[in-house]
Amino acid sequence: MSGFRLAEGGDAIERERPVAFSFNGRAYSGYEGDTLASALIASGVDIVGRSFKYHRPRGLLAAGNEEPNGIVQLGDGARSTPNLKATTIPLYEGLAASSVNAWPSVDVDFGAVNNALKRFLPAGFYYKTFFWPGWEAFEPFIRRAAGLGRAPHEPDADVYDHQHAHCDVLVVGGGPAGLAAAVTAADAGVDVVLTDDRATLGGALLWDTDENPEARAQAAALATRAVAHDRIRVLKRATVLGHYDHNFLAACERIKPSASPGAGAAPAERLWRLRAREVVLATGAIERPMAFANNDRPGVMLASAVLEYARRYGVACGRRAVVFANNDHAYRTAFALMDAGLEVATIVDPREGDIGGVAAAASARGVDVRQGSVISNVIGRARVRGVEVGRFDATATDEKALQRIDCDLALVSAGWSPRVHLFAQSGGRVAFDDSRQAFVPDAPAQAVRSAGGCNGAYDLLSCLSEGTAAAEAACARLRDSGALAHRDVAGRAPSAEAQSPIFRAPLPHASAKAWVDFQNDVTTSDIDLAARENYRSVEHLKRYTTLGMATDQGKTSNVNGFAVMAASCGVSIGEVGTTKFRPPYEPVTLGALAGRRRDAAYHPIRHLPTHDDQAALGATFEDWGGWARPTCYPNEGESRAAAINREILATRGRVGLFEASPLGKIDVRGKDAAVFLDRVFVNTASTLKIGRARYGVMANEHGVVVDDGVFFRLAEDHFLCSTTSGGADRMAASMEEWLQCEWTDLDVFVTNVTTCWATFALAGPLSRDVLGKLARDVDLSRQAFHHMSFTEGRVADASARIARVSFTGELAFEISVPARSAGAVWRALMEAGGEFDIAPYGIEANLVMRAEKGFIHVGADTDGLTLPQDIGFERPIKTKKSDFIGRRSMMRLDARRNDRLHFVGLKAADNATVLPVGAHIVDADGNGRRSGGYVSSSYWSPTLQCGIALARVRAGRARTGETVAVFDDGRTFAAEIVSPCFLDPDGERLDR
Amino acid sequence: MLSIVCPFCGPRDETEFRCGGESHIARPGPPDAVTDEAWADYLFYRDNTKGVQFERWVHAYGCGLWFNVARNSVTHEILAVYEMTDPKPHGLVE
Amino acid sequence: MKYSALNLLRQGFAGHRGWPAAWRNADLKSDYDIVIVGGGGHGLATAYYLAKEHGLSNIAVLEKGWIGGGNTGRNTTVVRSNYFYPESAAFYDFSLKLYEGLSRELNYNIMLSQRGMMMLAHSSHDLELLKRSRNAMLLNGVDAKLLTPDEVKARAPALDVSRKARHPIWGALMQERGGVARHDAVAWGYARAASALGVDIVQNCEVVGFDIVAGRIKGVRTRLGEVKADRVALAAAGHSSVLARMVCFRLPLYSYALQAFVSEPLKPVLDTVIASPASGTGVYVSQSDKGELVVGSALDLYGSYAQRGNLPIIEETAAGLVSLFPSFSRLRLLRHWAGIVDVTHDSTPIIDRTPIDGLYVNCGWGTGGFKAIPGGGATFAHLIARDAPHPLAAPFSFDRFRTGALIDEAAAAGIAH
Repeated sequence: MSGFRLAEGGDAIERERPVAFSFNGRAYSGYEGDTLASALIASGVDIVGRSFKYHRPRGLLAAGNEEPNGIVQLGDGARSTPNLKATTIPLYEGLAASSVNAWPSVDVDFGAVNNALKRFLPAGFYYKTFFWPGWEAFEPFIRRAAGLGRAPHEPDADVYDHQHAHCDVLVVGGGPAGLAAAVTAADAGVDVVLTDDRATLGGALLWDTDENPEARAQAAALATRAVAHDRIRVLKRATVLGHYDHNFLAACERIKPSASPGAGAAPAERLWRLRAREVVLATGAIERPMAFANNDRPGVMLASAVLEYARRYGVACGRRAVVFANNDHAYRTAFALMDAGLEVATIVDPREGDIGGVAAAASARGVDVRQGSVISNVIGRARVRGVEVGRFDATATDEKALQRIDCDLALVSAGWSPRVHLFAQSGGRVAFDDSRQAFVPDAPAQAVRSAGGCNGAYDLLSCLSEGTAAAEAACARLRDSGALAHRDVAGRAPSAEAQSPIFRAPLPHASAKAWVDFQNDVTTSDIDLAARENYRSVEHLKRYTTLGMATDQGKTSNVNGFAVMAASCGVSIGEVGTTKFRPPYEPVTLGALAGRRRDAAYHPIRHLPTHDDQAALGATFEDWGGWARPTCYPNEGESRAAAINREILATRGRVGLFEASPLGKIDVRGKDAAVFLDRVFVNTASTLKIGRARYGVMANEHGVVVDDGVFFRLAEDHFLCSTTSGGADRMAASMEEWLQCEWTDLDVFVTNVTTCWATFALAGPLSRDVLGKLARDVDLSRQAFHHMSFTEGRVADASARIARVSFTGELAFEISVPARSAGAVWRALMEAGGEFDIAPYGIEANLVMRAEKGFIHVGADTDGLTLPQDIGFERPIKTKKSDFIGRRSMMRLDARRNDRLHFVGLKAADNATVLPVGAHIVDADGNGRRSGGYVSSSYWSPTLQCGIALARVRAGRARTGETVAVFDDGRTFAAEIVSPCFLDPDGERLDR
Repeated sequence: MLSIVCPFCGPRDETEFRCGGESHIARPGPPDAVTDEAWADYLFYRDNTKGVQFERWVHAYGCGLWFNVARNSVTHEILAVYEMTDPKPHGLVE
Repeated sequence: MKYSALNLLRQGFAGHRGWPAAWRNADLKSDYDIVIVGGGGHGLATAYYLAKEHGLSNIAVLEKGWIGGGNTGRNTTVVRSNYFYPESAAFYDFSLKLYEGLSRELNYNIMLSQRGMMMLAHSSHDLELLKRSRNAMLLNGVDAKLLTPDEVKARAPALDVSRKARHPIWGALMQERGGVARHDAVAWGYARAASALGVDIVQNCEVVGFDIVAGRIKGVRTRLGEVKADRVALAAAGHSSVLARMVCFRLPLYSYALQAFVSEPLKPVLDTVIASPASGTGVYVSQSDKGELVVGSALDLYGSYAQRGNLPIIEETAAGLVSLFPSFSRLRLLRHWAGIVDVTHDSTPIIDRTPIDGLYVNCGWGTGGFKAIPGGGATFAHLIARDAPHPLAAPFSFDRFRTGALIDEAAAAGIAH
């Protein structure tokens, strides 16, 4: 118990509004405005989590999204959320959080046995063992031990939104640099979006130490102006996640705290898709920890974080602090903390010699300054109880010379790392700057400018002036649309306060460990091992040790790790380089990425124009090519199979009605329409007479059959092409592509009119009687209206296109009416058919009936390699006068093989057998069994009272009459190769 | 997310478009006069340039029109947008 | 030093100071028998099998960056052999069998985890396709079984198997021998074993040209100097066309970005590899031993050499994943990236000679190269050593583009590579 709430201070909290919450089952209280982290520290909680591998007890290290240790599970049920950082969770009434990866509890964790064994578990140990009896024997234990939080079991109760925004200048980060940039740009008259990941604008202004009062006042005024400015749209609690091509950035706005109760239909998070002409990055910098033995103990914290807790939340992280820092900034942090009421006993600074005024100032304030020294080790397990300080020596440590200093808090600072993540994601190159000891933006790849901390400027005046300058440059380019003015990198001023390159204290003894990546338990010795084993590329280092791969993505660990690698290899950090900065900058929920694309709105399913009528008839709907279509219409208590059989027999015996609206309908007109369709269809279109219909096959340029359907000639220059339901959009698009990209000289217009017309197939021997009751202005008689012809008239008061085409083999009329009349016409047909006992039939009955007739179903009886010759459509390839799409491909060597898979019928030896779809015809060759094709469609035919099947069989057409073996999951059936047409081969039923 | 300037509609997000692959590929013919090799070259073999690619795009969820784009396949920078029947822009051809 | 539990124990007491480099950092020599361009899984495996199976050791693997840094280190680590065509099945099952013995063969634990791979059916049509594939696999001698929706649910309780789901689950095709392996370890394991057999692995050594005399390869030019070699083998995946262009020929390839992402690590929530066909969500997902969900889906459908992610596919993939697993919506994406994949029209690879004598190419793996690393390496090594194709890789020739004898798995079975 070390942290406590200070008597005063804390701009962010409202002390009059206490908030009750629980952590690991215990009740606590904080204030409105607290984060879970600040409230936990204020409540004296030391251990907030356990590390991933060694299960070391951990306290909070940081105050922002760089926190590696404070990982919690929040909420329960449908809002249970794993792996949140306590530092980014706003406290709310009733918040319930627990530690992850600890059992039975965070204070007593059996997993900590790994800590005792850690000398045998170095980086990558698993690559070197587990060979016998095999990895599978060990893996289950590793899997159980790994992972942090638990995935929820219930579907998410929250909803998520997406929103687009466009702007002239996007400013990322609402600290002093970002505020200056936003206000400068807006004052120049351009539209600005300003994002900040906190609830309050100001960034480091809100807590940092810069004591220049004028600058502070100026910056604070900017925040007020930014919020009020009518050219600035401010997005608070919005973290920019990724910087993509063409200045497209994604940001996640957290509208309510994770796992908090929902407010009606309001979204929990909103994903912003931002497109900016110019981007100013003002994302600040991250303080780096120091590497020394046991530097992961609760109570070792980033100096700036401790100050932030004190100033923002009025929280003291301990009572007596020792500071270990290599830079002046940390001294000022220490002074500010003393002003806030904390005791700073000692400042340990590895730098030798004259380090300027800060040391003297510290001494003047009574702080014991130990220059040329390091914290060598930490005393205490569950909490820092003291530190051991020794002289800095890069090679060895004299354990006897260590001095113990009692404290409950160790503030560390190894300088700052600019947050260059977004800059790097945008394609910009980063370079190591020696004076700053940090990776800084170098050459940009897009219209992006960096200002302030993320550019390596850490004092307030520089931040303000860089923000202003970046905005001015952006506005200038917006005005001239000139070439991107690349920042003159060589001109970057050296840091006013040069950084010390010391990131690491020597270990006091051989088995001591100093942590670099806290969450993933990567230590300096792991990095040394990686170097020794030649995993020296930074990417190898990362992958071998898992450095920087934890949920904080290396925000506090990467540069330290690279520094250790550099030292280990005897090269500079710049030569080691940096790993790729991969998006997202902060982990983002899958829900936010999915947005509203969930449930019915994910791949929205299309409804028929008569959907409600079909539902009223008891249709069973299934997804057929993106349409919800009736599979069948079972009566009360009727099985699916029985319904299908009944529908078939009704249609074949009397009359049936099929909802065929999704049937593709492509209107092709223009002077060259016939020429065009001759090129589109494998067969010929131009010889078709007006008012007549013809079956056509369409191939792609690879010769593969991609669609089929009947096409009609409405006029000399006007055709209507039917396609399969699933193929309509694709075929219309393909025709457009050929017209626009290849045959640009043709005068043709292609329009996909599929959904303009509802189409019903009225089929069966009594279909003419039914239609006769409703049709006007048409002669339906056998003599006047032939099979494969087309007419226009009126049906049930709707203008109608009526075609005599048949997919069932029965006398049939395909009636198309404007979609708005669909329901009325459907109901009229059903009513007119009532006296004939009309039956609506679904897709399954339709498919069975066409299979009885041996009509192919493209996509089922063909695959992506089926050529026209495989389905008996080879004549045009040999005889057609003109070229058509795919023709040359149909002439290649493989296309001319006579042992291709041919479309044939199959009849099981036993009438009662329905061959399984997907069964293979087995060829026996010298090497055993081999697939000789497969069953592509197979049904029970209620008409013929036997099983029928369609198949693709090797050289099948030449093997009619042959009995073949059909294999399915270990069983074998005997079947005869037959003609695919099982019913009425002479087509007598068509014209009754 | 590329921003592509449709020559007919203006700048739009890439999700409104579909890329049709390399452009300026002549279709050989008539079929009887084309060798298997030439046909394979037409169907399958591509420059696949690391650098400036010339490709055709369609504004599929917009005006529906096809046009050509010269685009850097490494930086994704769009260097030119031109009509389907136009030749490759001068200065971009190696 | 041999990797073993005993040596790990010993080194534990010695502070792990005794481990040698996993592979030597070789200096580039001026002359090799064989130069392999590309230090990914395929290039390293090829070098290993050349040394191991063919007794050749004067070999260099030249890598322009860091070994395993291309698609080997960017994929979703799935291994399987659930193929439709006998040609594919024979090759990929050979590769899977090599994987099954690889940890011990290389003395490097590649963490092969055969936790099963299931391909979902979202409609009766999908189910028919899967039955077609199941039977093809059985005829091809590959393990396969069809699972009912209840069996799917039992193996993956987080899946929404209700018929209310937008893409309901009608069943699944399970290959129990499918699974995942640790991708980086495959590259490192082959590198270590090849290096031990004398192969020189040279990183940061970009090839910038080829020396060709009278139609025969004589060597390569690199950023680190010129190298003589009678035989040069390209294994450069997405960058194959770039190398081919230096030699003035084109390849039947197009390079696309394929994205993938991982979630934050979680306690075990998914035990098998699950893939949904492109007609459904197109998503595939598994959970790594570290606890991260590893997720992939479709290509970015325009040419790219940029190894970086893009939002639209990530959003669509997340939506697909949440549609399959509604309880995953609150999980968070931790990191997303892209690899550049070299895609042939039929998604089947090319392992063949080229118009230049002594120059060989291994490419066209598209989205499925990782599972093929051992098989690709072994058969490519055979081609290079004998100047004749390995029987298993003979169908993967250039000639099929001329004859039209494509091996198109997606076209036949709806399951691509």
